[in-house]
Amino acid sequence: MTEVFFFALAVFTVAAALLVVLARNIVHSAVALIFSFCGVAGIYVLLDAEFLAAVQVLIYVGGITILLLFAIMLTTRIASGAEVFNEQVGASAVVAVGTTAILIYASLVGIQISGQAPATRETTSTLGRLLLTTHVLPFEVASVLLLAAMVGAIILARREGE
Amino acid sequence: MIPLSYYLTLGALLFGVGMFGALTRRNAIAILMAVELMLNGVNVNFIALSRYLPNSTLDGQVFAIFVITVAAAEAAVGLAIVLGLYRNFKTVNVDEINLMKW
Repeated sequence: MTEVFFFALAVFTVAAALLVVLARNIVHSAVALIFSFCGVAGIYVLLDAEFLAAVQVLIYVGGITILLLFAIMLTTRIASGAEVFNEQVGASAVVAVGTTAILIYASLVGIQISGQAPATRETTSTLGRLLLTTHVLPFEVASVLLLAAMVGAIILARREGE
Repeated sequence: MIPLSYYLTLGALLFGVGMFGALTRRNAIAILMAVELMLNGVNVNFIALSRYLPNSTLDGQVFAIFVITVAAAEAAVGLAIVLGLYRNFKTVNVDEINLMKW
């Protein structure tokens, strides 16, 4: 049963990702990106990472794609009919397929796990404890990074002379 | 239980698809979307390994949270730069913007 869900979600996610990359209309790309993120959130649920799935939906689906759609509306002439790919499609396809093949080969052959996977755990409370004990320094650095990104985005997007 | 390699393969596929998009698309926003796909592929790997490795604490998931944080910051700053580009050049196609090209 889990296998069925996994393959359905995996096919859905990768198909949506392909649509993101190949769609000629960039709004279609952004909407396909929402579906791809939702598929990844489903994969997280299958991996017993409920908190990460919720974070994925909140931040990626609710935040980043909306931001992307706003930027698309503000900048792109959607019905321009111009070429969407640059002239290095062939070389890029070779590089991307080669990298993917190496990664898939490595994940099928290269990684052998000795031992049993740990039992299902209480993830959300454990994550909160880890973030405030073992990983407290990167946690604080991340907050400074977010502040810097917020200030930087405001300054960059502001018009000159205001 | 699903083998670990299935999840790693899914992560590799997402990474490869995003890589192709980041290398070929002309629109800067499309490139940002492709980069987000690549980051998602990486996150799938992190979480799968944190689930399957014996004696693993949840460090993989903590790292995935940091990746998501950095991705959000990257999207905000990147889109602000795209807006600035559009204001100055009236285009967001990266192959037409060559002010700093040698």
